[in-house]
Amino acid sequence: MSLIIGMSILLGCQFLGEVISRAFTLPVPGPVLGMLILLIGLMIRGSVPGSLRTMGEGLLKYLTLLFVPAGVGLIQHFGLISREIWVLIITLIVSTSVTILVTSQTLQRLARKRTPAKEHDA
Amino acid sequence: MNGLGLEQAWVYLSASPLLHLLATLLAFIAATRINRWAGGTPLLHPVIVAIALLIGFLLVTGTDYPTYFAGAQFLHFLLGPATVALAIPLYDHRERVRRMLWPIAIGTMAGIATAVVSAVGIAMILGADTETVLSLAPKSVTSPIAMGIAEKLGGIPSLTAGLVLLTGVVGCIVGPWIFRLTRVTDPTIQGYSMGLAAHGFGTAYCFASVGAVAGAFSGLAMGLSGLVTAFVLPPIVQLFGL
Repeated sequence: MSLIIGMSILLGCQFLGEVISRAFTLPVPGPVLGMLILLIGLMIRGSVPGSLRTMGEGLLKYLTLLFVPAGVGLIQHFGLISREIWVLIITLIVSTSVTILVTSQTLQRLARKRTPAKEHDA
Repeated sequence: MNGLGLEQAWVYLSASPLLHLLATLLAFIAATRINRWAGGTPLLHPVIVAIALLIGFLLVTGTDYPTYFAGAQFLHFLLGPATVALAIPLYDHRERVRRMLWPIAIGTMAGIATAVVSAVGIAMILGADTETVLSLAPKSVTSPIAMGIAEKLGGIPSLTAGLVLLTGVVGCIVGPWIFRLTRVTDPTIQGYSMGLAAHGFGTAYCFASVGAVAGAFSGLAMGLSGLVTAFVLPPIVQLFGL
């Protein structure tokens, strides 16, 4: 029963998110709003129900499997990919490198300023 | 069984969702094994290998994507509730966030702005189609959120899904190298940067190669940046006139 309750909570939040996203034509995907709704709900409740944790962590554990069906959809874009292969490769490598560089440097400067050489707990 | 019987069986199987659902699960199991044999290298990430195996299978059997998706959609559907479930690790890490609120807030905004502006900017300078640019924009965000964003923007969700996965692979390769070059040694900073730039791939990498603290921060970055990106990406893309 606990898995059913957990799944109902997740689907209920997603449903609410989809309704809000569509009703107000927001650019934010319904499941993301659902995630926000669940987060607010958990903050108010002050703990994660066991049924929700079992279902949610089960889904997150196999998250990578869930990407596969959409990834196979690349088969439909062979034309576009071969046409723009260099654009895609250069953009992915440069943009990802710059993002890691900027994020780590920003955090390092800020962390150094606030807590000099402080170790964080595990 | 004679030849005709087999052919009838194939006609039935290739049209029913059963075959492609099963094929997806088997491909994932095989890909996980292959990755383990290869020493867990991000170049042969199970997701990438599983996708390659399935694309090969579809090409060999002459199956089109809608037929495949009719079976695989049952797994794909679970991305929605899985996205909602990202609220659980975010909630678990609320104390960390509260303690490091400002560094995290500023670092997240700087990182997201860099990820989106650099992806859109570079792709536009190199002359990519609008659809390609919009599909690239959410590339650093975890797939379920990225696909939702691409769909809302007018990109191609399935192309975005592929680009997101490739971004994850690139991040796992260049990340450690950048940290070494710029002398970033703090595991919390390494983890947060990897999770922000390379979503779940970065998180998995951190848990496996850096440690539990880096992994936890990486997971936090993935959830938080996914959430924030969904809100700030549409206005940023509008600035580029797309």
